[in-house]
Amino acid sequence: MNSRHFLLIAVSALSIAASPAAVFAAEAKQDMPTPADLEAAAEIPPEGTVADEAHAPDHHAAAPHGHVDWHFSGMFGSYDRAALQRGLKVYREVCAACHSLKRVYYRNLEDLGYDEGQVKNIASQYNVTDGPNDEGEMFERAALPSDHFVSPYPNDNAAKAVNNGALPPDLSLITKARHHGPDHVFGVLTSFGPPPEGVTPGQGQYWNNQMQSLISMAPPLQDGQVVYEDDVPQTVEQYSRDVVEFLAWAADPYMEERKRTGIKVIIFLAVFAGLMYAVKRRIWAKLH
Amino acid sequence: MGSGQRTPFENPVVEWIDSRLPVFTMMQKEYGVFPTPRNFNYFWNFGAIAMIMLVLMIVTGIVLAMHYTPHTAMAFNSVERIMRDVNGGWLIRYLHMNGASFFFIAVYIHIFRGMYYGSYKKPRELLWILGVLIFLLMMATAFMGYVLPWGQMSYWGATVITNLFSAIPVVGESIVTLLWGGFSVDNPTLNRFFALHYLLPFVIFAVVFLHVWALHVVGSNNPLGIDTKGPQDTVPFHPYYTIKDTFGTLVYLILFCFFVFFMPDALGHPDNYTPANPLVTPPHIVPEWYFLPFYAMLRAITFNIGIPFTDIVIISAKLGGVLVMFGSIALLFVLPWIDRHPIRSARFRPQYRVALLVWLAVFAFLGYVGSQPADAVKFGIPLSYLGLLGTVYYYGFFLVILPYLNKHEKGRDLPPSISIPIIESPEPAAPPEKRR
Ligand code: HEC
Ligand code: HEM
Repeated sequence: MNSRHFLLIAVSALSIAASPAAVFAAEAKQDMPTPADLEAAAEIPPEGTVADEAHAPDHHAAAPHGHVDWHFSGMFGSYDRAALQRGLKVYREVCAACHSLKRVYYRNLEDLGYDEGQVKNIASQYNVTDGPNDEGEMFERAALPSDHFVSPYPNDNAAKAVNNGALPPDLSLITKARHHGPDHVFGVLTSFGPPPEGVTPGQGQYWNNQMQSLISMAPPLQDGQVVYEDDVPQTVEQYSRDVVEFLAWAADPYMEERKRTGIKVIIFLAVFAGLMYAVKRRIWAKLH
Repeated sequence: MGSGQRTPFENPVVEWIDSRLPVFTMMQKEYGVFPTPRNFNYFWNFGAIAMIMLVLMIVTGIVLAMHYTPHTAMAFNSVERIMRDVNGGWLIRYLHMNGASFFFIAVYIHIFRGMYYGSYKKPRELLWILGVLIFLLMMATAFMGYVLPWGQMSYWGATVITNLFSAIPVVGESIVTLLWGGFSVDNPTLNRFFALHYLLPFVIFAVVFLHVWALHVVGSNNPLGIDTKGPQDTVPFHPYYTIKDTFGTLVYLILFCFFVFFMPDALGHPDNYTPANPLVTPPHIVPEWYFLPFYAMLRAITFNIGIPFTDIVIISAKLGGVLVMFGSIALLFVLPWIDRHPIRSARFRPQYRVALLVWLAVFAFLGYVGSQPADAVKFGIPLSYLGLLGTVYYYGFFLVILPYLNKHEKGRDLPPSISIPIIESPEPAAPPEKRR
């Protein structure tokens, strides 16, 4: 027995010891919330605070603006269903005017805790072009759960034409497509401000501290703009937090399943490795 | 192979097959009773680990290929469909994505192990060369694989790297056109990269086979770097090393799974979640982490080399960078002839040991330099200068330090055999450094 062996055993033993608790924690979080849960959740003040607001600009255009404690971060983090539903509302009422979310299906919304009927109802509020029909005509119909989220513009050029020449990016992957994505998007939404000395915004441009540049998105959120049914504060900060939770889910819908599977896999491997270590010791004992 | 003397097997089915095609005899000989030095440490696990990773890459890769579409207009979407709509698709893709990184980690450790214990020296030169060849093929495979999802980094990485070949005098431009299948990175490029990305892993597999074959002809090196002197120095591969490799691989897989399940995107670049756009250049194009030290060497040459006091350029900065980058791997190929010191293991070569550990630190530092923007300034010094300094040490290690040590390093006394320091503990004349 020497130090290297000891280290390996310690690691295996620790993972074995820590894991069962982890599984239970993960399983507990997996349960879908009932409406009562959602109400209860709504009464709890939003978790976490924004630390460390202003940061020196970094050479990365997308410097981390501050770190937010997300419900979904960490090994056991899961999505907060109530926040997801509020985030969907913010997306639909505000962001969807300009940003598509084209990789998400309406049916995926069942993950947010909605039942089939509710999802059908949400989808049916949008129109899609389908066809051609038997007469060879394209036609409009209400969207179905099997449709992707309907985009606000028919194509990129149309989007640019009404947005000062800038393309509002599709948001399906936005939290994965930026360094520290969730913090970044939260930062973009909450850090509009006066431009620094010497920077003159052009027509339709706004200074954004997170981006450290002028951007062609007007501050999209105002306090009180979106009406929440639960009594969570209706502030820009809360809206931003909720819409980011929703966008994080949209980018990574299998996160909870992934983490849950991971815990099982790692427990299995740790136990197996521990056993193999014991066997190895037995076999090698004959030699020493 | 395996066609010499044969002991019959008891099991009639096995015997029937073996007498016609002696695969069982071969397995028995190469992986059963194969005499293996008894004093391996855990560094000797990484060959088996790399092998497992290769198999994992091939299996997950084939499943990905069933759902992937190699077309510029569809590649990104098809990968996202794998992530969202294919059952278990996210797992397969994350295994493949992180598997590439963990394959490289294993192979880097494996190569360093070889350098530390002098495993490239006679009679293992060819074994070593085959290994470096595998490394080179892996780099080509991973580079082309990274292009397949057709994100921003895929596209721009492919553009930067393929463009390097244009620095080659006379034929450079034609090579680039051939790589692209046109006049820019576009659909034909994606198609040929997919075809080659599917092919090369099987070429790697074949070279691995030769690598292992060569190993089984000359036998393994060991931490003492001395030859085995008889049966007292060895143990049969099975069960001693089969069990040790199983254990080591499992520990490695735990680490790997930690990334796959809890931080699957940590080793990738966020820009690759934005579809490729030839009109928008990312502010900072970086290759994947395992190429960073070589990328730093490529960018370290920022000056033309020509005839002094004239405008005549013999080697442009670009060609210089390319030569330095490929040269750094070429040096590995010829390492067995650069380092001619009779002692293999760094345990008995204190000066070599220090020089090699510094080399390792420099290599890691070059990785850091490669990850930073080309014009970054740290500690008040432009990073490209530090990159150049690191490159000079990388080359100096092979071209100056090793030849110097060939002549001047005395080294410590070697133990008489592997079994002696194990069986008798008392201090040998000059004790080998701390025994593990
Ligand atoms: C009036 C149209 C409009 C609305 C409403 C709007 N955006 Fe934008 N958004 C834009 C445009 C245009 C850009 C591109 C700006 C640029 O590139 O200069 C943009 C850019 C962005 C970016 C990209 C920042 C980066 O890192 O590149 C994010 C994230 C974003 N918007 C999030 C949102 C969210 C979340 C909402 C809803 C709360 C929202 N936007 C509402 C028009 C809009
Ligand atoms: C030596 C072994 C291999 C290495 C090092 C390797 C490396 C890679 C890398 C780095 C990527 C990009 C991952 C990403 O960012 O998404 C990739 C993608 C891909 N590889 Fe491989 N690969 C190997 C073997 C294979 C094999 C045998 C196949 C079978 C055809 C394959 C099929 C694919 C496909 C279809 C993709 C695109 C899908 C995706 O991006 O996830 N790979 N590979």
